[in-house]
Amino acid sequence: MHVYILRRLVLMVPVLFGLTVIVFLIMSLIPGDPALAILGSYATPENVAKLRADLGLDKSLISQYWIWLTHMLHGDFGRSYSLNRPVLDEILERFGATLILAGTSLVLCTILGLLTGVVSAVRQYGWADKTLTFVVLIGISVPSFWLGLMMMLLFAVNLRWLPVSGMYAIYGGGDLPDLLRHLVMPSITLAVVATGVIARLTRSNMLEVLRQDYIRTARAKGLDERRVIYRHAFKAALVNVIPVIGVQAGFVLGGAVYIETVFQWPGIGRMLVTAIATRDILLVQGGVVIVAASYVLFNLFADVLQHLIDPRVKA
Amino acid sequence: MKSLFKGALVAAALTVSTFSAGQAEAQTPPGVLLVGQIAEPKSLDPAADTAVNDFRILVNMYDGLVRYKDGTLEVEPDLATSWTISDDGKVYTFKLRDGVTFHDGTPFNAEAVKYNFDRMLDEKHPEHDTGPFPLAFFFSTVDKIDVLDDLTVKFTLKEPYAPFLSNLAYPTGLIVSPTAVQKYGKDFGRHPVGTGPFKFEEWDSNAKVVVSRNDDYWDGAPKLDAVVFRPITDANTRVAELMAGGIDLMVEVPPDSLTNLAGDDNFQVYQQAGPHLWFLILNMKEGPFKDKRVRQAVNYAINKKALVDNVLQGTAEVAAGPTPPAFAWAYDKSLDPYPYDVEKAKQLISDAGATGKEVTFYVTEGGSGMLDPIPMGAAIQADLAKVGLKVKIETYEWNTFLGKVNPGLAGKADMAEMAWMTNDPDTLPYLALRSDAWPDKGGFNSGYYSNPKVDELLEKARTSTDQNERAKLYRDMQQIVHDDAPWAFIANWKQNAVSSSAVKGFKLQPSFFLLLKDVSKE
Repeated sequence: MHVYILRRLVLMVPVLFGLTVIVFLIMSLIPGDPALAILGSYATPENVAKLRADLGLDKSLISQYWIWLTHMLHGDFGRSYSLNRPVLDEILERFGATLILAGTSLVLCTILGLLTGVVSAVRQYGWADKTLTFVVLIGISVPSFWLGLMMMLLFAVNLRWLPVSGMYAIYGGGDLPDLLRHLVMPSITLAVVATGVIARLTRSNMLEVLRQDYIRTARAKGLDERRVIYRHAFKAALVNVIPVIGVQAGFVLGGAVYIETVFQWPGIGRMLVTAIATRDILLVQGGVVIVAASYVLFNLFADVLQHLIDPRVKA
Repeated sequence: MKSLFKGALVAAALTVSTFSAGQAEAQTPPGVLLVGQIAEPKSLDPAADTAVNDFRILVNMYDGLVRYKDGTLEVEPDLATSWTISDDGKVYTFKLRDGVTFHDGTPFNAEAVKYNFDRMLDEKHPEHDTGPFPLAFFFSTVDKIDVLDDLTVKFTLKEPYAPFLSNLAYPTGLIVSPTAVQKYGKDFGRHPVGTGPFKFEEWDSNAKVVVSRNDDYWDGAPKLDAVVFRPITDANTRVAELMAGGIDLMVEVPPDSLTNLAGDDNFQVYQQAGPHLWFLILNMKEGPFKDKRVRQAVNYAINKKALVDNVLQGTAEVAAGPTPPAFAWAYDKSLDPYPYDVEKAKQLISDAGATGKEVTFYVTEGGSGMLDPIPMGAAIQADLAKVGLKVKIETYEWNTFLGKVNPGLAGKADMAEMAWMTNDPDTLPYLALRSDAWPDKGGFNSGYYSNPKVDELLEKARTSTDQNERAKLYRDMQQIVHDDAPWAFIANWKQNAVSSSAVKGFKLQPSFFLLLKDVSKE
């Protein structure tokens, strides 16, 4: 097991390295450059050339990449020119916010998804199953930014139960209840689609498991139904669901990009969108490396968990 | 299972009620104005900023040597109480206001002024590395700055340059505390210190910038205790925050919401035309637009009234010529917009033998001051189809678009959307209409307009130090350019803002700056 984890961690290095090369190339290949983005209307060739030199963009691509890579390996991610502060400071702050949002969403969608899936499977074709399947289908189909705006209108503007946007209240906030209040709408919005996916998958896996012989045996020997479902069926179904939860973590991180925009959550997704628009290469690079690393790590975690639960999967 | 669901429901209900109870406690203190910004500021160092969004904060924390007179784009004294200009237009001597101190206690004097401009312009200056300073070229004509005495400072220019004073009134010319720059170095932009009506309190990244009242402000302390600037990038979210009371004032309201909010007594809507022009660059080097008749025909054919009323929903006015009316002193009031006249346009196009010609039209997806470029492009395409021009649209993302348009349209396109917002009537025509401003010479004349008379007028206006004489020269220029029609003149954007009805004394400025000194909140 330890060897397996270690090997996976070592494999992360070429993945992340390749990723930085690709991102760097894409950012260099797309037309328009940072100097142009900064100067806007005043981008005379003369001004652009001067600013490019100030920003170090006049060097060759390879040397720009090399400078970035060597600095990063020393823990220096450079200085963002669109935000005028060290990239690492910005990324750490933003990434923390995204982790809180995505983490909450992931917990929400896992619990709700599994619960819905199990109930649907156990009550197959019953009213509970039909209602839940219908709700899940809507959840998967509704664009989440729209759902976010509608929730905002209802709960924040009309009912005034919840704050519209942001992570903490501007005045008198900063504590845990304040954070939770701000988390409700974005985390639910972000969790909706993943909940649907997990619920559907859990339902079909449960149905399959429930038809297995050993379940019939368990019931035949008079085991309590609760025990049959949770100890025997659910655990077996979970093995196939966990890797999908790992994949959903990626979708939740990706979905955070527009949920963060709608709810002004100060996370890394919104940061990346702005950074791409302003061609802030260093910020994009740093952000992508962190997001990708966390995604790879989470998938590793999901795989390890699967190993622990299912002895059949060999490391 | 059922009990589990019931439990969850009860928990949810409890949570919501606790939350909403807590919400009432977190009220904004009275005397604090919450402003919805469109983005996180890049920096609060005026020398480093380029975006209007950042200027809106800066102008409340800093003063310049001069400023725009309320409601106009004419300069008046600010930290300089008076000035003289030498007869050759090259030496500006400023008398400075006595007894002003920066928020950190540093005295404001001639040395501080010299320090500010040297930092931007002199590459050997010890704090030049606190840049880059993208708009330093506003002052590139400055040759040297001399401190004559504690309260007198002399700027010597390399050549006469009439827009110098209005450039000083631009945020790039705002004066920062030299000691604070020395103390914070590259991080000065996050620890700003000026002389303005509000002083910096805190900057909580991606959440808020807080400034508080400067009780010792030389021009009278502001009425508000503090102002909180909140970056809210999504326009719909910004409107929702305003409706929920999370902000008191917002700018750049989407036209749809503006219509709704205008009919609501809880809100007040503000509009002000600014020094903005939305136009089409026409490629005069090749293709049908070489012919003046076809260029005029385009101006006749586009239903500008329909564009500003329907596509832009009244957030802009029809433009008449190259100079926006916001430059009241230099604007030629006798100039009328090209009327919407399909028959005349058809006639002109057929006279020029251009009927049925195909033209390529560069459209952008967004960009500063571009308003609603895609629907506008489509409407223009439809208008031109009616008079016999086949328009082929190519759409690009803003930075890509600039990369294609700025080097010139030759060989690529026949027309392109463009918008400019400037601080002096000199800027746009000088950079985009002169023969010496063709892209290969480093300008923005991407359609290759060239008229020696216009060149002469613009050069003369730039070196004249008499405002009346300059005004006359600009008016003559507008007449000629209007007739030559190197561009299709479409719209002048009106900036808008909405506040809750509790906000009093607020007013938009033609400069698009957001001055909050005289604002109060009831």
